[in-house]
Amino acid sequence: MPELPLLSLIIFLPLAGVPVLMLLQNSMTVRWAALGITVADFLLATWSLLAFDPSTHAMQFQENLDWVPTLGISYAVGVDGISVLFVFLTALLGWICVLASWVAIDTRVKTFMITLLVMQTLMLGVFCALDLFMFYVFWEAMLIPMYMIIGVWGGSNRVYAAFKFFLYTLAGSLLFLVGILVLYFDGGRTFDILALMEQKYDFSVQAWVFLAFLVAFAVKVPMVPVHTWLPDAHVQAPTAGSIILAGVLLKMGAYGFLRFSLPMLPDASQYFAPLVVAMSAIAIVYGGFLALAQEDLKKLIAYSSVSHMGFVTLGLFTFNANGLNGAVLQMFNHGITTGALFLFVGLIYERTHTRQIADYGGLMKIVPIYTLFLGLFSLASMAVPGTNGFVGELLVLSGAFGASMITGAVAILGAMLGAAYMLRLIRRVALGPVVEIGSSPLWDLSSREIAGTLPLATFVFWVGFYPAPFLEILGPSLDHLLAQVTGR
Amino acid sequence: MDKQLIIQSILVSSPEIIVIFGACLTLLVALTKNKHQMAILTGLSLTVVAAAASASVMLSATTQTAYGGTFVVDGFANFFKTVIYLVTALTLLMSGRYLMEEGIAEGEYHALILFALSGMMIMVSGRDLLVIYMGLELQALAFYVLAGYLRHDPRSNEAALKYVILGAVSSGIFLYGFSLVYGLTGTTELTGLSQALSAEPFSEPALILAIIFLVTGLIFKVGAVPFHMWVPDVYEGAPTPITAYLSVASKAAAFAIILRIFLDALSPVAGIWIDAVIAISVLTMAIGSFVALVQTNIKRMLAYSSIAHAGFALLGIIAGDQDGVASVMLYLLIYSFMNLGIFAIVVMMRSGDVRGDKIEDYAGLAAIHPIWALLTLIFLFSLAGIPPTAGFFAKFYILVALVQKGYVGLAVIAVLLSAVAAYFYIRIVMLMYMKPASRRFTLALTPALRLVLIIAGIGTVGIGLAPSWFLDQAQSAVFTNYLP
Repeated sequence: MPELPLLSLIIFLPLAGVPVLMLLQNSMTVRWAALGITVADFLLATWSLLAFDPSTHAMQFQENLDWVPTLGISYAVGVDGISVLFVFLTALLGWICVLASWVAIDTRVKTFMITLLVMQTLMLGVFCALDLFMFYVFWEAMLIPMYMIIGVWGGSNRVYAAFKFFLYTLAGSLLFLVGILVLYFDGGRTFDILALMEQKYDFSVQAWVFLAFLVAFAVKVPMVPVHTWLPDAHVQAPTAGSIILAGVLLKMGAYGFLRFSLPMLPDASQYFAPLVVAMSAIAIVYGGFLALAQEDLKKLIAYSSVSHMGFVTLGLFTFNANGLNGAVLQMFNHGITTGALFLFVGLIYERTHTRQIADYGGLMKIVPIYTLFLGLFSLASMAVPGTNGFVGELLVLSGAFGASMITGAVAILGAMLGAAYMLRLIRRVALGPVVEIGSSPLWDLSSREIAGTLPLATFVFWVGFYPAPFLEILGPSLDHLLAQVTGR
Repeated sequence: MDKQLIIQSILVSSPEIIVIFGACLTLLVALTKNKHQMAILTGLSLTVVAAAASASVMLSATTQTAYGGTFVVDGFANFFKTVIYLVTALTLLMSGRYLMEEGIAEGEYHALILFALSGMMIMVSGRDLLVIYMGLELQALAFYVLAGYLRHDPRSNEAALKYVILGAVSSGIFLYGFSLVYGLTGTTELTGLSQALSAEPFSEPALILAIIFLVTGLIFKVGAVPFHMWVPDVYEGAPTPITAYLSVASKAAAFAIILRIFLDALSPVAGIWIDAVIAISVLTMAIGSFVALVQTNIKRMLAYSSIAHAGFALLGIIAGDQDGVASVMLYLLIYSFMNLGIFAIVVMMRSGDVRGDKIEDYAGLAAIHPIWALLTLIFLFSLAGIPPTAGFFAKFYILVALVQKGYVGLAVIAVLLSAVAAYFYIRIVMLMYMKPASRRFTLALTPALRLVLIIAGIGTVGIGLAPSWFLDQAQSAVFTNYLP
């Protein structure tokens, strides 16, 4: 019986929806169609997660077709425990992005939804790709829709932010491309990711390629000092753009480390680990302090992302099981929590058209449901026990202390900063005397908005109280990765 | 030469003969005054191109030589001829309305395009420096006139004058170079040249001098630094369809002879020219990319962009083996689609009183004409080399050839410079999508122009998604007698 090409379906379903959307005229039907397509895609992704066999690190649901056989390029997809989780996260955030844009996007709705669907296909393709060329094509092609999302539907300074995003990422990616080609010729003229992992490269090759990859992934994560595009892009992007950026795009840098740097270049990863750890530590502390000083809600969350992603890269380069598990879980958590926080900033911005923290106060008394959820996600972001952030951060911290006392201490400092800026945010926005904003009274969350919020809140608690299923799925794949990077 | 050989030669060169006769016929038809003259001339020219293409198809089975080995029809020549036929047909299709808009819809325009076509066909089939030179001059003469075809426009006059003078100087330099080569080796035939050059170690200054002259003459033709000064002025002044034609077909033919001369005849002495070509390539990419950043006229910007692309294509010549040659060929094929596409957009913007060649003129296009804006976006991202467009694969394959030969540093420089170049392409995307329209758009769209845009769009997206077949065609069309 021919197997159902499940992953191809997941990847290309949103793209297949594009011609459908093109035929529709009414903005409202366009919205519903986009929602239908992304929800269907989410169901497919859920199916793949349920059908996933968590007992092995092997790639599952594999498909393999020749693409450019002369150069050893194929269309190859498959998922292991790491990528299946991110496929799921991407598909989940997909329809939440559609809901988040329901009223926020009121110009060129059709073009926006089409761009969003194209983006969805490209992101899913990145996580499923088992061919390095294909990975690169999807990875790089994402620049086009993301550039449009920020540049066309963004805030007042959107053009500058879009350019900055585009050029930073492009410059990094192109070095990645040269690194890929070096691996290609050194690894026996194949772009097959699994075959390339089996190769043993000379240390000098590993070192150069590692540095080229580091630039590309560090821009994407983003790590200090190449993080400066992020606050601009986040602040200017529409809510859906921010959710995609924080929820999925930032994960791709870390995913690149996981998928390529660690298993393919283990010696160089060990050698350069102190550098990456130092960069991560700086990102954790520096990002935290910057977040503490922000007066703009989106900027605050953007810098908190820099700090949180610092935890992720720190965990990756501790090279122990706790650190790795924590890092990947934290990637997932950050996607949920920060995605939700950007959603909530977007929700209040739609009502008040201001993002200044100073313009808010006493929201608790005006919009209690909104504030309840905002508080929940803020607590998750500062890793309070019982939320998803706690599990991830605890694992990373124990990994960090396992690696060295100093990195552990820095990470602890970062965690404390996280509590400081998030509590400050809550105190000023939700508590205190009511500040009148504009003339019309605020209204609380609508059922559409709650529908977009509930799944995210579910995952906050689920991972917080019972992370076992997630760690089970990740387990074998991360053990295998650890064996690859530490040399069995 | 006996009768048999003469007939054989005529048969092998029948596509060129068809085009030249067709050009003469077009001249005659242009004398008749008729309401539908433009349509008739366009149809006639397209028929001539189609007839020549069918003749080429019939000749494509085997490699055949003619005129005592100075002229050859091989896979390499046929690959380039296919590109040039296609570009010629698309240029003819996009010209009609533009000539009306500019009020120059008359006479010998079509005949000149066909003469240029025949010149380029002779170039790519030439296996002897003299034949190549003849083709080169034939197409150049036609282009000199075509560049100045907008007689009422001083910029067009300036373009033609500059092109004639600088073109003549470069031809003279090239001619002098190969007279020296002839003096040293006693032959102008490419294979003989390569044998003579590999037979004995030439290190005498005369050879170095000869090669410098040859390189200079050829580099001028592709508009590489430091002989790129004519490109922006000619591109800006010439009628837009001619600029498109010049930037694509003429460049492809020039690269064909560069490939043949450098990697066939001159490959034994590669040590002499390779460092110079590396320097020229890097400088060309750098100057093309950086100067394009500050342009306000789209035709000038595209001129610098084409300079940068020429620099990138030269990288394939540096790589030099089978992959190197194939990568340049594939690059030119893809470049033809995307560059012709973007020039067709510039033609589309020329309507009535609106010149449409300011970059600012594109502001807000997407809000009013989303389909054409999307197509422009595809061409621009392809020129910038962003996947999944064909422009990415073109650059990718050149990088493959380059890294294979160990030029990793050069590859890094090349990709960083293309990141610079990306800026000025996406600046137009930004204007189209992110700025409000400052005026009403009247687009000079005709069915023929729509067809051109659609073909170029399909080529730009299609080769990007399914490059395999085109890659194999290019690889199997590489001439075999190059030395590694």
